[in-house]
Amino acid sequence: MKLRLDKFTKRFGDLTVIEDMDLTVESGEMMALLGPSGCGKSTTLFAVCGIHKMNGGKLYFGGKDVTTLPAQERSVGVVFQNYALYPHMTVEQNIGFPLKVQKLSKPKIRTEVERLAELVQIGELLDRRPAQLSGGQQQRVALARAMIRKPDVLLLDEPLANLDAKLRLEMRSEIRRIQRETGITAILVTHDQVEAMSMCDRIALMRDGKIVQLDTPEQMYVNPRSQFVAGFLGNPPISFLPAVAGDVLSFGHDQTLARPSALEASEEVVVGIRPEHFGPQHGTGLQGEVTFIESQGREVLIDVRLDGGGEIRSILPAGEPIRAGQRINWGVATESILAFAPNGDRL
Amino acid sequence: MTANARIWPLVLILTIFSAPLVVMYFYQVVDSVAQPDPGSLVPGALDLSNWRFLWERIDSGRPSIWVVTFNTFLFASTTAFLVTSLSTMAGYALSRLNMPGRPYFLGGLIILHAFPTITLIIAIFIILQFLGLFDTLLGIILVKAALELPFGVWIMKGFYDTVPWEIEMAGVQDGASRLRVWWELVLPQVKPGLAALLIISFLSGWSEFVLPLVLAPGSGTQVLATYMNAVIQDDATADFGLFKAIGMFYSIPVIIIYLVFQKQLMNIYGGGTKG
Repeated sequence: MKLRLDKFTKRFGDLTVIEDMDLTVESGEMMALLGPSGCGKSTTLFAVCGIHKMNGGKLYFGGKDVTTLPAQERSVGVVFQNYALYPHMTVEQNIGFPLKVQKLSKPKIRTEVERLAELVQIGELLDRRPAQLSGGQQQRVALARAMIRKPDVLLLDEPLANLDAKLRLEMRSEIRRIQRETGITAILVTHDQVEAMSMCDRIALMRDGKIVQLDTPEQMYVNPRSQFVAGFLGNPPISFLPAVAGDVLSFGHDQTLARPSALEASEEVVVGIRPEHFGPQHGTGLQGEVTFIESQGREVLIDVRLDGGGEIRSILPAGEPIRAGQRINWGVATESILAFAPNGDRL
Repeated sequence: MTANARIWPLVLILTIFSAPLVVMYFYQVVDSVAQPDPGSLVPGALDLSNWRFLWERIDSGRPSIWVVTFNTFLFASTTAFLVTSLSTMAGYALSRLNMPGRPYFLGGLIILHAFPTITLIIAIFIILQFLGLFDTLLGIILVKAALELPFGVWIMKGFYDTVPWEIEMAGVQDGASRLRVWWELVLPQVKPGLAALLIISFLSGWSEFVLPLVLAPGSGTQVLATYMNAVIQDDATADFGLFKAIGMFYSIPVIIIYLVFQKQLMNIYGGGTKG
């Protein structure tokens, strides 16, 4: 079901956390609310599920105005960061609780619980208690409980934050699979750009209570609207260098690159170069000294200090014969360079 | 070996300091079933006559021990029930609801808990007199419960504080009303606190002495503490054997409760989380 926030405003006392925010999540879409902590993404989530009252604006599920509907009557399933399973109930009772509240008959609840348990693949754990489950299993129970009422919207609050790295990878694709299979509209709140990019159809990147860009993961990566967006997405992160855009891009100390065709000549700019766009495979252009090498197995991450100042990162396949302290002269894929005005806006 | 050698002096010191206590308890038990000569430490022959209060009235002016025991039980259990059920609700409100004046209420609780209750006794006496509850069990039950409440509310608030918010949010999101969330989802998390508070307030009621002495002095409302007091005070020649036997009788339930519920009682200082 389509979800629409219209001029949503939230205040805590005198502090306005979010002002006039608009957001539309299409039916069946998975949307990420991404941003650093304190950007208002969780506040938005809690407003959607009804735990926080909205101080202004409207919230629509489909065509229906649910702004003033209490949380109990909103058709929303929530998965909390710490799963919030009921410790004194078995897995079956946990998943079935929302239906028990609706006073469904026991056999009916049992059938539904089994259907959901199969969807999240925990059929054999129904008699256990939450304390006897691993983190990933608890996560699956929480998902099943959130989905059993067939809610209009599924909200996920940092669902992977409490899992170890390997499980996180597994649950990432699991959550996406379940969301696709059920076709439910979902909002994922996270501060992890990898999670947002790998799981969601679109990302709303937030900062200081505002959505700074709303786009597909690919578009947001290739075409960031501001320096903040470019810096937030990408791992290893993008490098920023101050430059002068004349006939060529000049970095001082006789270091120049061809000016990207899309960039008009101007005085001061900040250019962003992603690690994969800097390296020997792109010819020559920038000279400097390798200061640090970090092996990541399949790839190596290389920090370079440019002659005349400035740090730039490169990522290369493992096996390149490179040592720290080595002098290099590597090129840049100039058409992939991102240029920003000094105030951070994309040029 | 060396570890043992170092421990022995410690054991010796502890023994010396704890000996008086142990001796006290030892004679409490022994003297209740023996009739030693005055001044002698050697117990005489086995003598069960000290326990005669169980099957006969020790004198005509006094109620039967069973009536008194029943009174004590009624007093302690009703108080415990009142304190626990009210604290359970008040503690939740203080822990979770954002009501006006909450910090002052919390501060007031601590002051009330620290307040020496005996200073209130005259005011309470007048109030009970006015309400017609003087010299009734109901009167002292209400007073005792009121005085125990600050402690109970504070303890329960502490237990509620350890329950994660998210459990309640999840419950609300699952469609349950606030009342149902409290009853069905939160209350089970604070069960250890409930159990401990129930036991502690029962024991506190069981050993209460001053309130029944002052506010319910009649023989119909006597509890074990005041009964014992009367036994030791009234007679010109005090019967210590009898007194000790009644003392034993009085403490047996306490000992049993402690033995059975040790784990729950420990909980009250260990917080509400289960291992």
